[in-house]
Amino acid sequence: MILTAGRRSFRELNAEIRAALETENTVRVEDVNGQRYMGAAMDKGKTLEIHGTPGNDMAAYLNGGTIEVFGNGQEAIGNTMGGGSVTVHGHVGDTLGYAMRDGEIFVEKRAGSRAGIHMKEFEQMQPVVVVGGIVGAFLGEYMAGGTLIVLGLENPYHQPLVGAHCATGMHGGRIFLRGAFPKENISEHISVLALDEKDRADLERHVRTYCARFGADFAKIMDAPFHKLVPTTSRPYANLYTPN
Amino acid sequence: MVEREGKVRIPSGCAIAAVTDRSGACFGGADIIDSIALMHDRSNGLGGGFAAYGIYPEYKDLFAFHIFYDNNDARIETEAFLFRHFDVETFEQIPTRKVKSIGPSPLIWRYFGSVPQSKMKKNDFDEEEYTARCVIRINNTISGAFVFSSGKNMGAFKAVGYPEDVGEYYMLDEYKAHTWTAHGRFPTNTPGWWGGAHPFTLLDWSIVHNGEISSYDANRRYVEQFGYKCNLQTDTEVITYLFDLLVRRQGLTLETAAKILAAPEWEVIDRMTKEEREICTALRIVYSGALINGPFSILVGSKHGLLALNDRLKLRSLITAEKGNKTYFASEESAIRVICPDPEKIMAVEGGTPVFIPFAKGSD
Repeated sequence: MILTAGRRSFRELNAEIRAALETENTVRVEDVNGQRYMGAAMDKGKTLEIHGTPGNDMAAYLNGGTIEVFGNGQEAIGNTMGGGSVTVHGHVGDTLGYAMRDGEIFVEKRAGSRAGIHMKEFEQMQPVVVVGGIVGAFLGEYMAGGTLIVLGLENPYHQPLVGAHCATGMHGGRIFLRGAFPKENISEHISVLALDEKDRADLERHVRTYCARFGADFAKIMDAPFHKLVPTTSRPYANLYTPN
Repeated sequence: MVEREGKVRIPSGCAIAAVTDRSGACFGGADIIDSIALMHDRSNGLGGGFAAYGIYPEYKDLFAFHIFYDNNDARIETEAFLFRHFDVETFEQIPTRKVKSIGPSPLIWRYFGSVPQSKMKKNDFDEEEYTARCVIRINNTISGAFVFSSGKNMGAFKAVGYPEDVGEYYMLDEYKAHTWTAHGRFPTNTPGWWGGAHPFTLLDWSIVHNGEISSYDANRRYVEQFGYKCNLQTDTEVITYLFDLLVRRQGLTLETAAKILAAPEWEVIDRMTKEEREICTALRIVYSGALINGPFSILVGSKHGLLALNDRLKLRSLITAEKGNKTYFASEESAIRVICPDPEKIMAVEGGTPVFIPFAKGSD
């Protein structure tokens, strides 16, 4: 089914999408102009195809559904998402994967500030965010779990691979960075390590998915040095206010 | 009676947008209204406003005062003051359209005037300082009068309402400007009244702001030492006075002012070259009272150009785009794409990194 968003309110549009998904498994929405909360809490087995610029909090609380965006995304994509798959053929704004708990987000180009802020994991729930371009400041801020991958393939304005304050307050999970990055942008309490065998296998699996979705060259992407960032402590602020 | 700012706290976002033509060519207000309207859900109907540069070419050498009056007595008293202190060439009610959603309005008048030579001879300050002092005096001593715009060849238009309705109300489609800024308000902490809508102005300065200034009281105490009065109880007002103080009165560049308001962090200063480090250290020490803390994204219009600035920690979204001679700014990318579907360049304004678009020569 094909719907048209135009300048309609997000309430009306989302109600229409939900109603359509009652009977259909795939809904395509065209001419999207900033409508918020698209695909919020969408269940497994349902697919939303978005053409245009979806608004903030797209895929919030996503519950296993699949969203594909042909255009750029805005802020807080995948906010607290609990599972499913998001693919953006373009770039995205700030706070990508905000407090994400499971599932995968693949962004073809760059992401704004605070990508992966407070991502978390628990046993079998292992969220993954892959950014094809560069990222802004505060990548992985307060990150508690999951995997963030930044490939640096698209960088039209010649910015650093990661902005300032990368991994501030990170206390779990791992970040894989491809190529050179400014060391001074990496926060204290973070170790920069080589990838081990399991890291490598996971990375290759996610990069293969990235290549399949965006038609990129796997060999070329892997033919570059990768580094892993992990926290040196699970409690970076344990002694901030009291010395015990 | 509407409660003024500061009496009630309403915890709650905002939207800002701008379009400027770098060649100085003027265009109507339809695009800026459309852009800010797209972000309708970021505001709540308690304030909307616009600043427009280049709109009064026939009076471009005169100060244009836009004034709200609560009643006719306030108008009579203010006009007596204005006619005493300025050579007023012409004045009128600002034309408005009936818009259902815009409630009871104050009286809204505009005046075009110059500073009499006789006044200049008696004083050792220039006509801008003279005019700024007059504006501050009206706003602080005449009950029920509020000057909400006082620059040359520019004007602010604001009201309680959604910004698209405010644009319709002031008939902005009929004005032509080379630079437009807009604001949709979601009052943080305070109720909305007409004077409290953005932009906040003094002379040719106009500020639209999305965010909240945690350092407001420190900044207010600082500017009040220099004769400004912050009595609107709203944080954006103080940013306007900071720019006026630093750039107009103290002669700093806009770039330096941006470095003071959103100063580089000490760790960043440590990594600078010796010369840069000394300058930035001195600025942080001398102007510690002008450092703005808290989440903000602002668009600052002035006779110099259009400046966009984000707080250092990048706590608010702000996107800029270019196509042809036009540069766009908006809190959300969709608000740019709706009026410029196919930009040649589009990127985020980074934290603490000003983006400045100077006005074309002769466009003032």
